Amino acid sequence: MSILLTHPCPSPTPGGGPLPLTNSLILLGEGRTLGQEMRNKRPHSEEAAQTCFWPIRITSKLPDTMVHFTTEEKAAVASLWAKVNVEVVGGESLARLLIVYPWTQRFFDSFGNLYSESAIMGNPKVKAHGRKVLNSFGNAIEHMDDLKGTFADLSELHCDKLHVDPENFRLLGNMILIVLATHFSKEFTPQMQASWQKLTNAVANALAHKYH
Amino acid sequence: MAPADRAAVLALWRKLGTNVGIYTTEALERTFVAFPSSKTYFLHLNLSPGSAQVAAHGQKVADALSLAVNHLDDLPGTLSYLRELHTHKLRVDPVFFKLLCHCLLVTLARHYPGDFSPNMHASLVKFLNHVISALAPSSG
Repeated sequence: MSILLTHPCPSPTPGGGPLPLTNSLILLGEGRTLGQEMRNKRPHSEEAAQTCFWPIRITSKLPDTMVHFTTEEKAAVASLWAKVNVEVVGGESLARLLIVYPWTQRFFDSFGNLYSESAIMGNPKVKAHGRKVLNSFGNAIEHMDDLKGTFADLSELHCDKLHVDPENFRLLGNMILIVLATHFSKEFTPQMQASWQKLTNAVANALAHKYH
Repeated sequence: MAPADRAAVLALWRKLGTNVGIYTTEALERTFVAFPSSKTYFLHLNLSPGSAQVAAHGQKVADALSLAVNHLDDLPGTLSYLRELHTHKLRVDPVFFKLLCHCLLVTLARHYPGDFSPNMHASLVKFLNHVISALAPSSG
């Protein structure tokens, strides 16, 4: 996708200051801003800059609604996933959610004893459900190019039947990251975290997609 | 904060000792990589990995957190000058503080997995939430 901007040159600002759009922090995607694009593509001569209209074609993509994972991000996620013990990481992630954000326990009334850290960490229903949740992340990793489609049914379930506020999906995603950090301190570089962060955010968004 | 939470945070801070700055710097670096829009507040700095300028800012954050840990009874008062700076002068979106705190938790979990029990994790979240409220009262 490309957009064509025509930016009218104002009469020169006193002291030749920058044109306003060159300071823009509007994000174009891939970490580039509108301001940077405009600074890179501005006319080089003062004479050219004095012309009435200054066309700029920005050929980079605007962020679209489908999350795009680079090859490197997919490889990073897959390499760590291969080492994950789904029962251990899933159970611990869910347990941490219930301990750190106690209101989330309301969704698990039928799970029995959730009265202390040790009770929650040792609760077999918490472990089983944690494993189920993390298995669905495994499914996400196999369908990273269509998370909305993959999670459509789960999104309806969590909205219509379970009435879970979508913010809780982001919190659980952050718990998964923290548990991964405790288990894989060497592998969990900033780049690895960023790839997994993008995945958990995208899964949270996909789960929230069907809400009405 | 409840006595048990205070004790847990104080004990961890004693263990971190003079290394707090190392972890807050790593947290900043992680925030820039995982949440690139956060770099908007630091365009005047060299943000490449290992940057001394980021490390200097990391140390400032560490000093502020250490101050907070030792003044848990009055965080709004203790951090009022930082609140003024970040709210009115720097105009930082409070969401950024949440992202930085999350990355700090990831960093501490990575370096101290044996100490990072769920209860310790919960106590740290409460402490950091109090700090964020003191820095950005309108964020609640």
